[in-house]
Amino acid sequence: MAYDPSHHLTTAAASRRREELRQECLQKGMELAQAVADALFALPPTEDREGPIVHLQAPTIRLPREKHLPRPKPPTKWELFAKAKGITKRKKNKREWDEQTQSWKRTYGYDRVNDDKDIPIIDAKSTDEPGVDPFAQRMQEKKKRVEKQEKNRLENLKKSAKVGALPSHIQLAAKALPITGTKADLPKKSRKEDLESVAGMASSATASGGKFDEKLPGEKPPKHPGKHRKFLPVAEGKGMGNLEKQQNDKILNSLLARNSDEQLDVGKAITMYKVKKEKQRRKDKGMSSKSDKLKAQKKPLKKSSKKKA
Amino acid sequence: MVASIRVPKTKRARRELLKHAPKLVETGKKTLILHGTKTSAVLNSVLSDIYHLKRDNAVKYTKKNDNIRPFESGGESSLEFFSLKTDCSLIVYGSHSKKRPNNLILGRTYDHHIYDLVEVGVENYKSMASYVYDKKLAPKLGSKPFFAFIGEHFESAEELKHLKEVLLDLFKGEVVENLNLAGVDRIYVCTAISPTTVYMMHCALRLKRSGTSIPRMELVEVGPSMDLVVRRHRLPVESLKKEAMKTAEHAKKVKNVTKDPIQGRLGKVYMPDQQVGKLTLTNDIKGLKRERREAKKNKEQSKKQKVDAE
Repeated sequence: MAYDPSHHLTTAAASRRREELRQECLQKGMELAQAVADALFALPPTEDREGPIVHLQAPTIRLPREKHLPRPKPPTKWELFAKAKGITKRKKNKREWDEQTQSWKRTYGYDRVNDDKDIPIIDAKSTDEPGVDPFAQRMQEKKKRVEKQEKNRLENLKKSAKVGALPSHIQLAAKALPITGTKADLPKKSRKEDLESVAGMASSATASGGKFDEKLPGEKPPKHPGKHRKFLPVAEGKGMGNLEKQQNDKILNSLLARNSDEQLDVGKAITMYKVKKEKQRRKDKGMSSKSDKLKAQKKPLKKSSKKKA
Repeated sequence: MVASIRVPKTKRARRELLKHAPKLVETGKKTLILHGTKTSAVLNSVLSDIYHLKRDNAVKYTKKNDNIRPFESGGESSLEFFSLKTDCSLIVYGSHSKKRPNNLILGRTYDHHIYDLVEVGVENYKSMASYVYDKKLAPKLGSKPFFAFIGEHFESAEELKHLKEVLLDLFKGEVVENLNLAGVDRIYVCTAISPTTVYMMHCALRLKRSGTSIPRMELVEVGPSMDLVVRRHRLPVESLKKEAMKTAEHAKKVKNVTKDPIQGRLGKVYMPDQQVGKLTLTNDIKGLKRERREAKKNKEQSKKQKVDAE
């Protein structure tokens, strides 16, 4: 950059036509550009395939920064502990030999060493209580460890945020509970399904039940429009069966079942058994004719025959 | 408590956010170009020309923004929010009104808060498209420009000094240490025609063969040219200015190094006060190992002696 303070245009000169001004500026600009180029080309260049490259000197005009200088991160809780104890970082291998399954496994992630899933038997210790499930206990302990770690991580991030050295890809959201109230009182983010049905719900509040409202583009019709109860027809047509009898039967059965001492609904159990047998027979017939892989494996639907008292 | 740590879910988003982190030595500032509720044709052309000049590191918003009033205390929050989200520290805001026709506000931010502002009016504007020239001379995108400031008003007038600094920041491009001399092809010529007006031109440089190794410069006008009339300006707050001007150079001072012609580089080792009582003992201190090993050996020896004796 070059500047020429000696030249100044008086008001009389300023009233000259624009073209003359432009020409003069171009002239002056050329002189100044030449001066800069003189200084630039005088620097020793290093020849590169794209052209001569010069190393520029430090800038004379200081311009303000756009962000603050990076602040040092405060050491985390673990880092302080490790420093005090003299613990140094050691490099872990990506794969390790797993004694349990006798194979090479990853140290972390999907197929990992010492996974809780791979333990078939846990020997009972004398300190164990009789009703406690050791597998469930292991899972609970792990969960507690993970929660503790998350809490520690949050504390470390808060400490660094206080100094102003929070890593730029992390944001801390202030989601504290309100002073009075429980978790249910937190304003919840609406789900997509709720937002889609809101228009339908609002329209049902109008006098005509939203039938004549203008629909916006992309608005879906409300689900369960109008009727929320199903009433039986007054006069039964042919071939409909005895709907009223069925309805009454259903209610009575459920009432009786709730109050009965029997745990097993014999009729239902027999039907289920029959259906299962039929399916098995069909599958066997199908298996013998077609190969396994072409047919999609169907899982039998589970229905508990027990009714809660 | 609901998760209070928000982390980007994709690696790409994470990389983008890491680019926003403050750096020790800054390389380039991004520009945000936007406009208010009413713009004129001239202003639209000016904004798009500036965007084309700074294509790689500029963001142009196309919607109208009606709640931005940079010179009022409450009206900057929107600008600061946009600066935060797009990671831009230079702002060019255009608006047109009867009182201030063809108004352009050039602003800078520090830590995504408004640092300083200059309000200029655009007059006698000629767009880039109106210039006819040999296309081979067109300056390439991203090349480092020359600057020429003509007129003593740049030294004497407060507003023009400020405008000069802002124009430098706006058009200087990437900050580099090495420059390819074959790639110098543009120059911004700014002339102070009055204590409040600057006539700005953008020209392409043509290097002509001359007798010496230094080529002869020739200017060909290519870019937009306009008169910038300074209307208002706001200088940065002193404390903020001091903080923004801080450089990282001071941290590089190396202490405790002396150079001896015979022995080379010397430094003194200062032993800190060793508090033996506060040392943490772990099991694998070498001294303890040896003690234990010897104690074991002695015990074995004494056992052997006993057996022999018996």
